[in-house]
Amino acid sequence: MESVNELLTISPIVIIGFAGLFVMMLDAFTGNARWSFYASLFFCLAALAGAVQNVLGPTGTSFYSLVYYGGTASFGAVLVLTGTLFSLCLSKDYLEQTGNHIAEVYSLVLFAAFGMLLLVQANHMIVLFLGIESMSIALYALAGLLRDQKKSVEAALKYFLLGAFSTGFLLYGIALLYGSTGSLALPEIAEASDKGVMYWAGVGLLFTGFFFKVSAVPFHMWTPDVYQGSPTTVTAFMATASKSAAFVAFILVLSRALPDTSQQWQEVLWIFAVFTMVIGNLLALVQENIKRMLAYSSIAHAGYIMVGLAATSGAAYSAVLYYLFAYTLMNVGAFGVVAYYECHKNCDFTEIKNYAGLGFKKPIMGILMSVFLFSMVGIPPFAGFIGKYRVFAAAIDEGLISLVIIGVLASAISVYYYLSVLVYLYMKEDETGMVMKRPSTLYSLALIILALLTIYFGVHPGLLTDFLGSFYSVTW
Amino acid sequence: MELDWYLGLSAVLFSIGVIGVLTRRNAIVILMCAELMLNAVNLTLVSLSAQMGDIHGQILVFFSLSVAAAEAAVGLAIIIAIYRNHLSVDITKINLLRW
Repeated sequence: MESVNELLTISPIVIIGFAGLFVMMLDAFTGNARWSFYASLFFCLAALAGAVQNVLGPTGTSFYSLVYYGGTASFGAVLVLTGTLFSLCLSKDYLEQTGNHIAEVYSLVLFAAFGMLLLVQANHMIVLFLGIESMSIALYALAGLLRDQKKSVEAALKYFLLGAFSTGFLLYGIALLYGSTGSLALPEIAEASDKGVMYWAGVGLLFTGFFFKVSAVPFHMWTPDVYQGSPTTVTAFMATASKSAAFVAFILVLSRALPDTSQQWQEVLWIFAVFTMVIGNLLALVQENIKRMLAYSSIAHAGYIMVGLAATSGAAYSAVLYYLFAYTLMNVGAFGVVAYYECHKNCDFTEIKNYAGLGFKKPIMGILMSVFLFSMVGIPPFAGFIGKYRVFAAAIDEGLISLVIIGVLASAISVYYYLSVLVYLYMKEDETGMVMKRPSTLYSLALIILALLTIYFGVHPGLLTDFLGSFYSVTW
Repeated sequence: MELDWYLGLSAVLFSIGVIGVLTRRNAIVILMCAELMLNAVNLTLVSLSAQMGDIHGQILVFFSLSVAAAEAAVGLAIIIAIYRNHLSVDITKINLLRW
């Protein structure tokens, strides 16, 4: 009975791990990509139910304190599975329409999601390392999914080389922390008293590894290339689920393993947050390809999230969790709309200039895109606004006023490039006169649900923010 | 103290790996340099683990070895795909995606 209860604490990991193997076998024996799709959707929903159950339940550690469940960790699992579920919903149509419906996508997505779930629940450096690596290795393969397209393979190569490079840093950081504190368990690292050169070198290298994974400037070079080259729904998955997982793991490491030295590393995060916000937003301004623009915008979002991490208070951490939730909803949505446009092969719909007049041709898609983009700008009443507001408010409470001023100015820049897409959608004349396809029911349903959730959590954030605040016993 | 020699050696190996990744142009050599970085870390872990008489570091080495193997498998597959598309594994010639 004891062991069954322990298994329930990691039920999302177990279900998704099994699902990955099952879907792989299903493909081998039936060769029908549709079945793989429905099976992975089913398992994803089951895992999401498990994660929601855990997040409502108590917190604690299981498996000899290797994994942490409830609270932040299980909410991280919810984030990952939300991103996975919606990008799966969009994948089938997109891949079918572009003529690349390969069943391996689903097992690879599930294996990557398995790694992410392991990562968000890690309470031990070995689990953390395994999670980050199973996630990354599956994502390298996913980026190069269309192996006869030069861009896709190039994206995979760049992702792989920089990913393998960053793994070295991460592992070296773990090794040096182990050497200076004598343990690999996160709480025991916090207890160690010796904070010598080796400790700080370890923290620095560990941070470098994490900065690569969350694509903080100056470790962001891979992000635009990979996001542009990968199939769009895979990009949606990478941009949301893997980034949320890396940030949740970062929060867990900061708050559980390194709480004593927050004074010192706070300044490091401060500097990197400034660079990430400013450079991410400035480079997004000059992009002509919408996937690249969204990639730079995701770098900028990582910067806003790092403002929250730099604040290091419980309120800031729960604000970051809220921000990640909003970020997941609006980014999957925006990439989903781009993927819909891309299904029309006679025109390159990754170029923003080709979006002229599309807003009137397919009014619903235009409205959905507007909702997601307005939410990314941070305009009320969308979820993105509440996320940004909470993060900045928490940072001000901790006295990081100059950082917040830079953040607000940087996000003012972002208005230009988000709204320029809308200008093309609604204010330019369409000259091609092409006919748009009708998206499938599941596809439009997924996008509409995402938009409704974005609006709902923007209008009525209290429920979720109070709940997230309760992880750190914060009242809003 | 003996431990310092081991740590110094692995720091040197790690730096060689980093410099290799940053300066070489052949994708396979870059992959080898990344593997060198991981193995340098393994040396650190094993020596620290032996010094402290704690087994966890050595267990992490087992995992990192298997991760490195999986990574090499996927990486070489990607490099083969690159070679088929570009007939070259020189990363300076693979530049469709820029800015």
